[in-house]
This record gives sequence, C-alpha cells and structure tokens, in this order.
Amino acid sequence: MKRSLASLLAAATLIALPAAALAQSTVDEIAKYRQQLQDGNPAELWEARGEDLWKQKRGPKNVSLEGCDLGKGPGVVKGAYAELPRYFADADRVMDLETRLVHCMVTQQGFSFADATRRPFGNGSSRSEFEALAAWITSESKGVKMNVRLGHPKEREAYQIGEKIFYFRGGPHDFACATCHGETGKRIRLQDLPNLTDKAGAQLAYTTWPAYRVSQGEVRSFEWRLYDCFRQQRFPELKFTSEAAIALTTFLARNANGAEFNAPAIKR
Amino acid sequence: MSPRAALSAALLGALVAAGCATMSDEEASRRALEVMKASFAERGQAKLDRLDQDETQRLCSIPPGSALPKDVAGKLEKENLASIVYPADGKLLGDWKAGERVAQSGVGKQFSDDPKQPSGANCYACHQLSKQEISFGTIGPSLYQYGKLRGASAGIQRYTYGKIYNSNAFTACSNMPRFGHKGILTEQQMKDLTALLLDPESPVNK
Repeated sequence: MKRSLASLLAAATLIALPAAALAQSTVDEIAKYRQQLQDGNPAELWEARGEDLWKQKRGPKNVSLEGCDLGKGPGVVKGAYAELPRYFADADRVMDLETRLVHCMVTQQGFSFADATRRPFGNGSSRSEFEALAAWITSESKGVKMNVRLGHPKEREAYQIGEKIFYFRGGPHDFACATCHGETGKRIRLQDLPNLTDKAGAQLAYTTWPAYRVSQGEVRSFEWRLYDCFRQQRFPELKFTSEAAIALTTFLARNANGAEFNAPAIKR
Repeated sequence: MSPRAALSAALLGALVAAGCATMSDEEASRRALEVMKASFAERGQAKLDRLDQDETQRLCSIPPGSALPKDVAGKLEKENLASIVYPADGKLLGDWKAGERVAQSGVGKQFSDDPKQPSGANCYACHQLSKQEISFGTIGPSLYQYGKLRGASAGIQRYTYGKIYNSNAFTACSNMPRFGHKGILTEQQMKDLTALLLDPESPVNK
C-alpha cells in the first residue's frame, strides 16, 4: 500500500509539466497504481467468509447451501459462475448468481424472501452475505472460460431484453448504458470506460467482476455494478435480483463468452 | 437425454448460432419496458416516470454509430430546436467563474442527491475545457479554446447557449444531456456556462 501511495504522490508532483504530457503521465501513473494493487487482493477475506457461509448450517431449517444447485448439480461450485445466468427448470426462470442464492436460501434454508435479501450490498459494519458468497463462488471459476448458453427460449428472451435495456435511453439526462459503454477508448474524467458493445471490451469488463473496490473497502458484486451504474444514469433504484438485472447480466455475460474468468479482481 | 431431446437441443443450438431471436424487435422493446417498470423502485426524486421515454429517447435507443434515417433525424432536430427558450433579457453571457464551478460539479438528479441543491453540468466528465484541469473525460470533443477559435458573435452565443439547452437540436441522438429542455440547469447556470466557453478571460480561451 505504501508503494501505491508513493506512486500517487509521484503523480501529484508532476504539476509543472504541460497539460497534455501531464494528462498522459497521470494516466500512466494510474495504470502503474492499478498494476501494483494486483500484488495482494483483500477480496480473499470475502472469499473465506463466503466459503464458510456456503458450508454453515443456517436459517430456520438449519441446513447449509451445499445442496444448492448452481446449474452444474447440487453442491457443484467449480466453474458454475462461468455458465451463469442460465435457465433453471425447478424455478422455470433464468437466474443470475444472486437470484439463485436467494432461491436456495428460501427453498432449502427456509428464509423468507425479505429476510434473505435484507443486505444485498455491504456497507462498513453491515456486511452482505451475497458479496461474500459471490466472492467465493466466482473465485471457483477463475481460469474457466465464460460459457453462457442460450439454449432455452427463456435464456434467449432474457438476452434480447437485456440488449434492449442496454440501449434504453431515459431519465433527465437521456443516458443509456451505451452512452458511456458504447465506444472504444473513452474516459469519464480519468476513468477508462470499457466498450461493452465490443467483444474484447465486454470480455475484459465482465471477467473482472466481482471486484474489491479500494475506494470503498468492499467487494462489489455484479448486481452492485449494475445498481450503481443506474444510479449514475439517474434512473430509479434497481431492485435486487430483479428481472432487469438478470436480463442485462445475461446480455453482458453472454457477450463475454470465450474469455477466461478472472475475478474477484481489484479495482480503484 | 432422449434422442428427441438431444435433437431439439441441437436444433435450438443451430437457431441460436444463426442469430435467431425469440421475439420481434418491437416485441422485445415492449417486453423490456415492462420488465424495467417492474424492476426499479422509486427512491427520493427518482420516480418511475423516468422510464417513460419521450420521442427523442425512444428513437435514440439504438447502438452508437447506427445513425437514424436522415429525414427522421432532421425531424427530431427540428422538434428539439423548437423547444429552446432563450433568456427574456436577451443576455446570453453570464459569469465564467460561476460557469467553471457548474462545469466541475457532477451532483444532481441521482436518487442519492438532495433535490434542493442545484445540479451541476459535469462538463469535465466528458470534455476537456481548460488547460489547468487535467482530469477530463473524452466522450465529447475537447472544448479547449472554444471561444478563441469561434469568436463570440451574437450567432455563436445563440448557438452555444442553444447547444447547452438542447444538444439534440443540432445533432439528433447526441450523447450530451439536454440541460435546459430537461430542467437540469437554470437559465443563469446556462448563461454562466456560455460565458465559460466564450469569454476571452475564461481559462477555456487562454
């Protein structure tokens, strides 16, 4: 961490340079900072807690989640995330990871939906089960190639709806997902924006969520990523495990097919 | 898997590979709106009516770079142009220093924002403006030396104020918010931004 601070300070001392050179060196320094962050990822703490939560007997029925079928059979975690979202016959709908976890918490552990979804995202001392479980479950897909199939009609429908949502402009600012994520090589302020309409861009972005956010001190799940993008889009609040979240995730995950999954990552 | 199930799975796979969609484009748009209405909750100032698209938003919900037919774009620009309300006092140039503060601020209209506070324009999120501010985005073109290159004639003032008021009046489906038309900025804020772009003393033109 000390080294990272030092490089930020180094960036701050470049103020005497001409603007263009300065902007470029700031971008370079930020890239260096990101590189240095890769040395150690606090997400491992979330992964350990997530594994415990998966194996712990919890809920009114006092059972673990080890009987939960994430799509590759009950209890199979390895590689499961790389194939999500997918259609689940027992629920007759397409589910992303968070939605499937809620389903298992309700049907197997006996939680009510309200109890299960009380803490979608962590905030300081109020920790989220989902961000911990997502950290562990996704870590079990590290190195696995993304492979979201659209074999079932409901999967194809989710993809199509997700695509429409991606390009949907609304709110006071006329923003769509595509406003910021539809062109290559763009930035907001100094933050690089992935082009999610481009194969390489979609792959790099999708395979690096969840991520430990240094600026927030939290591991953030993919549903959090969507939730906070919509906030900045000036849309109303995206409901946790909602159909729009699942559809949009289906669209983005499918577009990342073929890329090696590489999260939990670490981001600024 | 039974042979029949295997066959239908293979057929489905082939259909997907061929890019076969389940729904027509129109049906998908209708379903997407239905899904969104059920998937968002009102919070603070962000009500569900933010999902009710006007014609510009509806027609512009297309991939970037996939231009609208010329006649449709022209009609859209004309309608947006007609929406622009110029200040009654005829003065379009405010205070560039106040404009710089509006250009820097990104608050406003999010469900986490206090609606009693004025909104910012967040110009720097997408544009380079002054030489001093190195933290600028690149979604929009650089506006550095905007006024120096164009001068500050009455026509340029009118165009600049109008572009801030309703960007779609000049470019259909622009990425830029319609700050006046959608009530994001006040008239005074838009005058101040016009000054930021055109005043010879503004850092934009240094």
